[in-house]
Amino acid sequence: MPTNANRQFLDFEKPIKDLIEEIEHAKHRQEKTKIDMSDVIQRLDQSILDKRKEITRSLSSWQRVQLSRHPDRPYTLKYIEKMTTNFVELYGDRNVKDDKAMVGGFASLDGETVMIIGQQKGINTKMRQLRNFGMANPEGYRKALRLMRLAEKFNKPVITLIDTPGAFPGLEAEERGQGEAIARNIYEMVRLKVPVICVIIGEGASGGALGIGVGDKVFMMENTWYTVISPESCSSILWRSWDKKEVAAEQLRLTADKMLGFGLIDGIIPEPTGGAHWDYNESARILKDYLVPVIKELKLTAPEQRTNNRIEKFGKMGFWEEV
Amino acid sequence: MAKQFEDFDANLAGEEGKTEETKTSWFKRIKKGINTKTSEKKETPEGLWAKCPECNYICTVTELREHLFVCPKCSYHHRISSQEYFELLYDNGQFTELFDNIRSKDFLEFTDLKPYKKRLEDIWSKTDLKDSMRVATGTIYGHGIVIACMDFEFIGGSLGSVMGEKFSRAVDYCIAHKQAYMVISKSGGARMMESAFSLMQLAKTSGKLSQLSDAKLPYISLLTDPTFGGISASFGMLGDLNIAEPGALIGFAGPRVIKETIKKDLPEGFQRSEFILEHGFLDFIVPRKGLKDKLGVVLGHFKS
Ligand SMILES: [Zn+2]
Repeated sequence: MPTNANRQFLDFEKPIKDLIEEIEHAKHRQEKTKIDMSDVIQRLDQSILDKRKEITRSLSSWQRVQLSRHPDRPYTLKYIEKMTTNFVELYGDRNVKDDKAMVGGFASLDGETVMIIGQQKGINTKMRQLRNFGMANPEGYRKALRLMRLAEKFNKPVITLIDTPGAFPGLEAEERGQGEAIARNIYEMVRLKVPVICVIIGEGASGGALGIGVGDKVFMMENTWYTVISPESCSSILWRSWDKKEVAAEQLRLTADKMLGFGLIDGIIPEPTGGAHWDYNESARILKDYLVPVIKELKLTAPEQRTNNRIEKFGKMGFWEEV
Repeated sequence: MAKQFEDFDANLAGEEGKTEETKTSWFKRIKKGINTKTSEKKETPEGLWAKCPECNYICTVTELREHLFVCPKCSYHHRISSQEYFELLYDNGQFTELFDNIRSKDFLEFTDLKPYKKRLEDIWSKTDLKDSMRVATGTIYGHGIVIACMDFEFIGGSLGSVMGEKFSRAVDYCIAHKQAYMVISKSGGARMMESAFSLMQLAKTSGKLSQLSDAKLPYISLLTDPTFGGISASFGMLGDLNIAEPGALIGFAGPRVIKETIKKDLPEGFQRSEFILEHGFLDFIVPRKGLKDKLGVVLGHFKS
């Protein structure tokens, strides 16, 4: 987790940055003048907390998208590190290569073995390249499916953590069947005999997200988005301009509260005040506390009933009129 | 080759394209003819001229129709509608349309340059189509089969709630009547105006295919020009047989997006049926003229 000095700030987080700088000044002055500033510092700390709360209370859809992409935001491996023990990362799709944009493996969650899979973004320039900005190729989706099958064989629940700006739109991705890979995953996840829980922890863009996103329960964290296309691409196609991303984000109704209202997800997982990037430990703890009872509950249902419920749940999604 | 996908985004945005084929050619002028009943179609003006966008060959629409809208000179496959496919494939051109009472609803009150509601009303008034997919049942060489076919003309054949629901009911019908299922795809992808609801149709339709598979009924996915995005990332690629018309553009990401991503020109033939077959994702390519016969043989194999 970044220290205050290393934090990065979005435009609308700027007031927090100013307050942090004020604290640094106060501390500096205290050291220099030996005058006790602890009252001032304490007050400023409280102001920061208030500001974090205030900012996240009135976010536009686009700002929510920005938060989901916050450079300090925790990614899949961070959640795995903080939530689980005995993580054994497993690599490769047994076919083409190991896709670094998709990670996964067995881990112990609250003393029980689970399979955790998710897209992984890089934490610095070099790693972002290596992780391909969380955009998986077909082999990433096939790796995910291989791990899900492995979990099924040994009767372990599957947890997917979704954070992707989309499946990679590359030449080789097309040659190796990006569409087929995602389609196969969706199809197989519908039928998977073990409990499947999916959580959008950052960006949930289109087929790239749904490719590991079909589960008995689908949750979104508070500051995430999930829809059929990124606001930028939607703006470029429907408005013929890259400048309408804010409007597109609004029109797409892509935030967690809207998605829950539509019945397209099963719940919203809260984040620490101001967003997950303020406290990794707390974010992971909240997520874990959500997951553990849900897994227990899903296990009570027979596998066949579970898959039937899954088909029925997605089968109800949509709106139309009969004339 | 660029001609066909130039208008890709425009179609998906619910606008008519700018290329010759989609805007000024015979295609639009006989549009009403394509979408009206067979009996009325005889009124299509004889002697109207059509130009092939690939080789510029000029012939009458009547001649083109006789050739199943395949260019007599270069075999370019023009885009045709559900009506044409149903008439071409079903025995004696006879079929019963199913679930034609379902149509889209602007649940989200989505507005881009035009409200979605207005877009729908405009298309409903201009064509006889209710949405981007029509479903019918009939026989092909005596084999009972349900065909769900997309109409590109309706917001780029986009996948929304109505397509998902019709697809689902079609599968239920197949299971109830022990019929085979074929989907003819022709779509730019998911319908953005239905936001996440359109995305969830990928999971909805996959769930239904799972039930069809358990019932041991064949599912054939015929991909025609163009098939992209949410279609190829779901039922389009999940056929017991994935087949395609020659020269169709098929892929996940659109060519423009890929080109912008890799910052290089795309190789000749990229994302064409022949390319997809070579990379192992198609069972075979079949020209429109041989389609019905080949389906007859295949359906026989599934049955015996
Ligand atoms: Zn020609």
